[in-house]
Amino acid sequence: MNEKAMLRRKIFEADFVLYELALFLDTHPDSKKAMELMCEYRKMRSELIKEYESRFGNYIETLSDVPESDRWKWIDGPWPWDNNFMEG
Amino acid sequence: MWKYEKKLQYPVNIKTPNPKYAQIIITQYGGPDGEASAALRYLTQRYGQPYDEVKAILTDIGTEELAHMEMICAMVHQLTRKLTPEEINASGFAPYFVDHTNAVYQIAASGAPWTATYYQSKGDVITDLHENLAAEQKARTTYDNLLRLIDDPDITEPLKFLREREIVHYQRFGEALRLSTDRLDCKNFYAFNPGFDK
Repeated sequence: MNEKAMLRRKIFEADFVLYELALFLDTHPDSKKAMELMCEYRKMRSELIKEYESRFGNYIETLSDVPESDRWKWIDGPWPWDNNFMEG
Repeated sequence: MWKYEKKLQYPVNIKTPNPKYAQIIITQYGGPDGEASAALRYLTQRYGQPYDEVKAILTDIGTEELAHMEMICAMVHQLTRKLTPEEINASGFAPYFVDHTNAVYQIAASGAPWTATYYQSKGDVITDLHENLAAEQKARTTYDNLLRLIDDPDITEPLKFLREREIVHYQRFGEALRLSTDRLDCKNFYAFNPGFDK
């Protein structure tokens, strides 16, 4: 796996932790420990994205991430169900 | 409202197509205990719920199930690439192939098309949460059965991830049930339906 793919994988892992924490918080909304972890992983995720963008260009995951440029980059593959998605 | 995130929740990259496996894994897309049944069950049940924690957990688990549906579809898609007519005939994939080529279509392993009769939305928080606890266990058993039949790690790793998620969701629904019954009459939980009776 190349460095770009490894960095994307780390972002996806942070996203997973954030989702798991959200489910936990839904039934434990007053858990200080879970809220602290949420802050920690949000920070980690935004730092990973900063690093990705400084080395590899725009990080596009949702429509609002698409940069204002002369091309609508949203359509560019690979798409998540394609075999080479993690390398893309 | 939903926003698409252009990624899978857990990566799927199956290097060796296998239409036999596609025909059984597809049940977690279009089968009774599959991810589509789960997503629609939880997202549909939300409207009858009296408590905020339950509305939240149904929304967020229901949304995660949509992501699981996408992983299952990605697996079926990758397992049915580049097939020759000989492979299609030899693997038992021919009946599916003549109806759908190698598109993904929503059916159970038995071939039955998906139907809303696979789930209930009962308007009673105790009943709905018990339905959901059972649904998570039924899905967990289905993943256990798939893992008994499949040995390619490109396939078993994402299946193991999905199996584990069923267990976490079961835990969260159990907590939601406890939070709900804590607010009801402890001598008779059924004395009053908080989503209907005033």
